[in-house]
Amino acid sequence: MTRTAFVTLACAVLLIGGPALAQEKPNQATVDAYVKATFGKASPEWQARIAPDESLAACNIRRNNVSSAESDAIIKRELARVSYPADGKLLGDWKKGYAVANNGRGGQFSDPPGTVAGGNCFACHQLDPKEVSYGTLGPSLAAYGKDRKYDPETMKDAYTKIYNSMAVVPCSNMPRFGTNKVLDEQQIKDVMAYLFDPESPVNK
Amino acid sequence: MKLPTIGAAVLAAAMTLAAGHLTAQSPPLDDSEKEIERYRQMLSDPFSNPGFLAVDRGEALWAEPRGSKKVSLEACDLGEGPGKVDGAFARLPRHFADADRVMDTEQRLLWCMDKLQGLDTADIVKRRFSGPGVASDLEDLTAFIANKSSGMKIEPQLAHAKELEMAAVGEELFYRRGGVMDFSCATCHADEGKRIRLQGLPNLSVPGPAAQATMASWPTYRVSQSALRTMQHRLWDCYRQQRWPVPDFGSDSLTALTVFLQKQAAGGEINVPSIKR
Repeated sequence: MTRTAFVTLACAVLLIGGPALAQEKPNQATVDAYVKATFGKASPEWQARIAPDESLAACNIRRNNVSSAESDAIIKRELARVSYPADGKLLGDWKKGYAVANNGRGGQFSDPPGTVAGGNCFACHQLDPKEVSYGTLGPSLAAYGKDRKYDPETMKDAYTKIYNSMAVVPCSNMPRFGTNKVLDEQQIKDVMAYLFDPESPVNK
Repeated sequence: MKLPTIGAAVLAAAMTLAAGHLTAQSPPLDDSEKEIERYRQMLSDPFSNPGFLAVDRGEALWAEPRGSKKVSLEACDLGEGPGKVDGAFARLPRHFADADRVMDTEQRLLWCMDKLQGLDTADIVKRRFSGPGVASDLEDLTAFIANKSSGMKIEPQLAHAKELEMAAVGEELFYRRGGVMDFSCATCHADEGKRIRLQGLPNLSVPGPAAQATMASWPTYRVSQSALRTMQHRLWDCYRQQRWPVPDFGSDSLTALTVFLQKQAAGGEINVPSIKR
């Protein structure tokens, strides 16, 4: 009895679910038409920002839950888009790094042309443990360098992560700061120092 | 004349409260949330919320004969029949047979201004968001219309094929990443208990209380902007913060997102205009 009832219910759900599911996923051309109608009046340079590259397109289709094969492809592709400092030095000035981490401006359509963008790291991460106003979208990075014993290999990984988060974690929510040209090499070095300099408040 | 004074007083109160929670060190989120809640309580009556000035201006605008046809908006059909305002906002956006489009409040107002009043809407759209010395007819009218649904429950309209398409496209757009930071709505609004800096982020990816509380509280009076703001402004500002290009006012992607968010917020009790930081 119970089993029959369950099967009947399951069939009913399938029947109801069928047409509804067909509505759930609009085809990509329909979505693109909406996007075009809404953002199409912006300059071509601005519109280019919302044309996803190959990796982001894969993340969008899967809502960030990519398969392991797609994941490998993204890491390979994005690693090739990381460039490391020619002088081999990964750490800049931690005080300047704090300013970059604390600056949420840049890249918004309300910003005057030429606005230097910040990394806005505090929006999502705890860094200096004394700072009260920090976000929790990303993990706490307090004592980051100290906890990692200022290990050079770890430093390189962190540089890679800041430069291109998807080279480390495919479909990471973190911006690809270097590859997307939000931050320049010196800014990334300075943020690196904010994370890794033993004198930085992050490690105090 | 009266508005700037009230705005300044409200802002001063907000700053005092902000300073208060900074001196109280532990634990920051709980304290500030409590203070914000106390502050909301303080201002929640119609005589202290400047958003009600927008409601009053909207009511006057609704009845004022304008445009080449010198008629008011009183015959405008917001979905409940010509001239019926009560409860209309609770069921917007919705499909309108005469336009064969799904429209939100502002889109419908623009349609009525054009077709019914013969009003040149270029100036109206130019003043879509109010600023110092510039009133927005669309913000005021939306505040008036929305207020007439206060106390009612959000009833997303999902019967027509185009309404279903809007909800589905809105969901896709919610998760679509882009801009120089690779952000989407979901970057900030798809997890429980997250915050950006000290600002709590409602999880809008699931139907339920967070989405209900969010959608049921717009339009709202933004103390930080000394202005009444509608969902159009909220979504415009979200895309700004996401580093996307400027979205076109009253365009279909914004309506699609609104339909999706109304779907998540179904059953939420409308209480507008609210007041927010």
